[in-house]
Amino acid sequence: MLDVTVSSTAPTVRAPANDEPLLVAENLGKSYGRLAACRDVSFELYSGEVLAIVGESGSGKSTLLQMLSGQLTPGTGSVSYRMRDGVTRNLAEMGEAERRFLFRTDWGFVHQDPAMGLRMAVSAGANVGERLMAVGQNHYGKIRDTATSWLERVEISADRIDDAPRTYSGGMRQRLQIARNLVTEPRLVFMDEPTGGLDVSVQARLLDMMRTLVSELGLSAIVVTHDLAVARLLSHRVMVMQGGRVIETGLTDQVLDDPREPYTQLLVSSILPA
Amino acid sequence: MNAPTYNFAYLDEQTKRMIRRAILKAIAIPGYQVPFASREMPMPYGWGTGGVQVTAAILGPVDKLKVIDQGSDDTTNAISIRKFFEKTAGVAVTTNTNDATVIQTRHRIPEATLQAHQVLVYQVPIPEPLRFLEPRETETRRMHALGEYGLIHVKLYEDIARFGHIATAYAYPVKVNARYVMDPSPTPKFDNPKMNNSAALQLFGAGREKRIYAIPPYTSVVSLDFEDHPFEPYKHKACCALCNAEDSYLDEIVTDNKGSRMFVCSDTDYCETRQSQGHRGSENAAPYAESANA
Repeated sequence: MLDVTVSSTAPTVRAPANDEPLLVAENLGKSYGRLAACRDVSFELYSGEVLAIVGESGSGKSTLLQMLSGQLTPGTGSVSYRMRDGVTRNLAEMGEAERRFLFRTDWGFVHQDPAMGLRMAVSAGANVGERLMAVGQNHYGKIRDTATSWLERVEISADRIDDAPRTYSGGMRQRLQIARNLVTEPRLVFMDEPTGGLDVSVQARLLDMMRTLVSELGLSAIVVTHDLAVARLLSHRVMVMQGGRVIETGLTDQVLDDPREPYTQLLVSSILPA
Repeated sequence: MNAPTYNFAYLDEQTKRMIRRAILKAIAIPGYQVPFASREMPMPYGWGTGGVQVTAAILGPVDKLKVIDQGSDDTTNAISIRKFFEKTAGVAVTTNTNDATVIQTRHRIPEATLQAHQVLVYQVPIPEPLRFLEPRETETRRMHALGEYGLIHVKLYEDIARFGHIATAYAYPVKVNARYVMDPSPTPKFDNPKMNNSAALQLFGAGREKRIYAIPPYTSVVSLDFEDHPFEPYKHKACCALCNAEDSYLDEIVTDNKGSRMFVCSDTDYCETRQSQGHRGSENAAPYAESANA
């Protein structure tokens, strides 16, 4: 394993601005015909907190993430979110326009495949600037300045601002996708296997950067991953899923160092020693 | 006519009613693309099948029709469509902008200011302004419905990032009545300001894409831009070589293999009217005297 993952600890939790949870999931479930992809998932996420959802493929992680982010209508249960004005609202009761506005301002979504989250044919600057233009910024110079500073924050050289992400490496694309999501200063970021498909040195650099950004900006995040190292490095809490159910949940070091469920023990012991 | 006879203006009455309903809906929601059951017309797509259907639906026996292609009354597309309606509707035709009640156009708005009794019909190849940025039709329709137009500025941003200014010279996106973003068909952006608050009704027909949209008279049409890169109508820095006009949109014409060129009005009617009023440009200062080549 990489030494960064071994020596590191998760960033400290910031004092939440409000005692109310940021996001509440209640009895979430979704069935595809007779297949129950996700059953009876409930949890609360507070602001500044990073939650990792781990489990093998097919365990319902991605279905859960799609329901949480409002892209998939839950079969049962509900998701509530505390808006910027402090009012907690049920996602299902919001209009589509409001939900989409929330999705591109107060939320971020980092896809495993950057090609899904980026516009591959337009320049990096426009990719970062798109959200700003969507909320009505109308000054080219200011948009470009913001884009430049965000590229620097995600360690992309400013002279690549006019290049399309097609010309970027995999790691750069993923960092660009993160910049594109964070430019509107969201309070909650969903990440679906953010380090999937990257080689280990690039993964380490990306994780290090994400950890810095999360603690600098006081972001909340829900990270879906099958890589326990990612969970250990980024998250405060871990939820372990198997067969559509949450089988174990707790603080990251508690779950990973002292797993209770047999399946979690199996997961932890399956990490290949470096 | 003894061989197969056509209904007035080629289309049958049911089809015209269907198209008129789409037109009424389009007028009611300025800039919104109304789907309609586009018919096959006796000409290929790309030759103005949408515009022809709109014209056929609104044409009456007393109308006077003018057809222009790139501003010109005497190019193939303009002549063939004009003849088509002469034959199938028997309406009077004209090349004079002020005399016409219905003007079908491809890519230009006449220089003469249009009036309240006139209708301008555009032939539109691609009605969707977001098409090349977002390929999914379901998604673009949702974006129009929710008024999510951040993406259209991405296109303008790309222009500035690449060329230092907004290089889009035609099909320049506009916002109609402060609501819908619309593609004004491939008219040069020089013509965009003429759409704003026009007295004439403007109808847009896209035959292959099966869409009709409209700008009712006296509706605001704003060209999109950035605060620090405002919209600027483009025009060659020259005046017409035939009529000396300085305010018209100019075509560049290459005159030999040595790089000589001249600029003339794209709107032939405007140019001829000015010449008949005695305006002379550099190329025809003295009529009938070919002194330059002699």
